[in-house]
Amino acid sequence: MNFGLTEEQQLIVDTTRAFVENELYPHEAEVERTGHLRMELVNEIQAKAIAAGLYAANMPEEVGGAGLDTVTWLLYEKELGRANYALHWTCVARPSNILLAGSDAQKEKYLYPCIRGEKWDCLAMTEPGAGSDLRGMKASAVQDGGDWVLNGTKHFISHADIADFAICFMATGEEETPRGKKKKITAFFVDKGTPGFSVRDGYRNVSHRGYTNSILEFDDCRIPADQVLGEVHKGFEVANTWLGATRLQVGATCLGRAERALEHSVEYAAQRSQFGQSIGKNQGVSFKLADMATELKAANLMVFEAGWKFDQGTVTDQDMAMAKLKATEMLAYVADEAIQIHGGMGLMDDLPLERIWRDARVERIWEGTSEIQRHIISRAMLRAKGA
Amino acid sequence: MKILVPVKRVVDYNVKIRVRSDGSGVELANVKMAMNPFDEIAVEEAIRLKEAGVADEIIAVSIGPQQAQETLRTALAMGADRAILIKTDGVVEPLAVAKLLKGVAEAEGPSLIILGKQAIDDDANQTGQMLAALLGWAQGTFASKVEVEGERLKVTREVDGGLQTVDLKLPAIVTTDLRLNQPRYASLPNIMKAKKKPLDEKAPADFGVDVTPRLTVLKTEEPQGRKAGVKVGSVAELVDKLKNEAGII
Ligand SMILES: Cc1cc2nc3c(=O)[nH]c(=O)nc-3n(C[C@H](O)[C@H](O)[C@H](O)COP(=O)(O)OP(=O)(O)OC[C@H]3O[C@@H](n4cnc5c(N)ncnc54)[C@H](O)[C@@H]3O)c2cc1C
Repeated sequence: MNFGLTEEQQLIVDTTRAFVENELYPHEAEVERTGHLRMELVNEIQAKAIAAGLYAANMPEEVGGAGLDTVTWLLYEKELGRANYALHWTCVARPSNILLAGSDAQKEKYLYPCIRGEKWDCLAMTEPGAGSDLRGMKASAVQDGGDWVLNGTKHFISHADIADFAICFMATGEEETPRGKKKKITAFFVDKGTPGFSVRDGYRNVSHRGYTNSILEFDDCRIPADQVLGEVHKGFEVANTWLGATRLQVGATCLGRAERALEHSVEYAAQRSQFGQSIGKNQGVSFKLADMATELKAANLMVFEAGWKFDQGTVTDQDMAMAKLKATEMLAYVADEAIQIHGGMGLMDDLPLERIWRDARVERIWEGTSEIQRHIISRAMLRAKGA
Repeated sequence: MKILVPVKRVVDYNVKIRVRSDGSGVELANVKMAMNPFDEIAVEEAIRLKEAGVADEIIAVSIGPQQAQETLRTALAMGADRAILIKTDGVVEPLAVAKLLKGVAEAEGPSLIILGKQAIDDDANQTGQMLAALLGWAQGTFASKVEVEGERLKVTREVDGGLQTVDLKLPAIVTTDLRLNQPRYASLPNIMKAKKKPLDEKAPADFGVDVTPRLTVLKTEEPQGRKAGVKVGSVAELVDKLKNEAGII
């Protein structure tokens, strides 16, 4: 096994880190304090990200991306993850991989403009009544002549306010299975401005200031049949094929922020003096640093092992669930200890720690809660025993 | 025209320098290394001249250990066309570097060599000038602006009193100052392409240069910590101290 980075990977890490430090960090305080990301700022940083080839680098080369393998992509995500989420997601966007599943016409309309930085996507699955249990969704699409008619509500939909279109998952019928009735789900592209489709402001959120979520309402929203993404009734199959690695993306961004919190903590423990010596001289503080670094390393190894297996084609759902679970829980722990080491200063928004601590909270909830990840991991073991 | 850009691998400018416990030099083990920032500016300037259609090939050259290859890859990822690594172990002093670069210049025949005005490790600020002397070429050091006009080069220099503009005949040597340009990021597509660009390895012997150091470092020390200052109670006291203690006014 080789855990070292290639020269190329190191250069990508260096460029991404330099970009994050020079172009994103200086604007963090503004976004955190106003809770708002100005479009002029987005346009300015986006242009630089495009010039540096960092924009949409998750995409294959054939469609205008950087063509990174999974490990390298995760290295890049880890660096971006250090910064305020709204800034890196919006200004250095990584369009959803699911756009690659579209037809040629859909790629022209949605994928390429997203890669060129002309459009933003958003992905709508969750509903007020259907979170972890997505199959329980009520929003529906019914065929009517050559069209589909959409009705229902989605909520918690990230950055739908600035998105030009939504990829919406809708119930399109039911089927009988040995374990009872099961909803059939279909994915659709819905453009902003389609009559019957509206986007309302969502909730104010403790994590990721400036990164909005919205409520999507469908009221007899009529769209043509060529807006179906993938096959009819095969929405979850499309999602599973293209969105599996987003859990690793969540994990990788958590690694970046944990690393940043740890760096601050080491610096502070060495500099801050109380009782006539640096606080790091106390094992009560230094052992925290040791445990933080060890947890971070463990999570790092798990995320990158899963990424490596992804490239080999041997990754399992459990590998990705474990990596997401460990990285997100690790970040919560590291962020909390970082604040403890900084004392009161850790809570002040002069330092990025209070926000890393707040931001850590959502990571254990979105992209599948920690409990759902544990469910995936344990189910695989128990099923093998027929349980 | 061909441009030669020497690049040096140095301790990253963000790293807090520590002196080795035996005083033999600066700690380099497990320290992040990067391209000398003035050399980044040199690479950027060369790329701009290429983009402006003035230059057609940029050759990056580094003298140093095997790992200096990483620095060359950075130059290639920024936009240099090919690279030469002259492998050396241990310290190479500015004069030896200048002699090696003279060898490269004679082999490659560039019209312009752009160097950093100094490397941030030893701040010697000698290589460019020595190289100009060895080659017998014109030099424009501490450049804040470079304009090629046919066979001539106009270099604006940052000097103590302001800006000085010199008119040079090519081939020439330019050394870069901080304000010459803002180096670009090595872009992801260029990083991917950099792997396929040629990187030749050479040895000092190929140029018939003896790189044995001529200087002996006696001691390396941490700079003295700043002594605590004093607080003055009034302007009158300040003026008095400046007059009678500091002797400045
Ligand atoms: C800021 C933010 C942005 C989001 N962005 C998007 C988006 O862009 N698109 C989108 O579609 N969704 C988005 N989501 C939704 C997110 O994916 C859901 O919040 C998540 O799936 C959990 O659903 P829920 O909040 O309804 O919680 P619930 O599913 O109601 O869960 C409540 C609690 O019950 C536990 N629980 C539920 N079922 C089980 C079980 N079987 N076993 C054990 N425990 C269980 C959960 O772990 C949790 O602790 C976003 C959420 C947030 C907070």
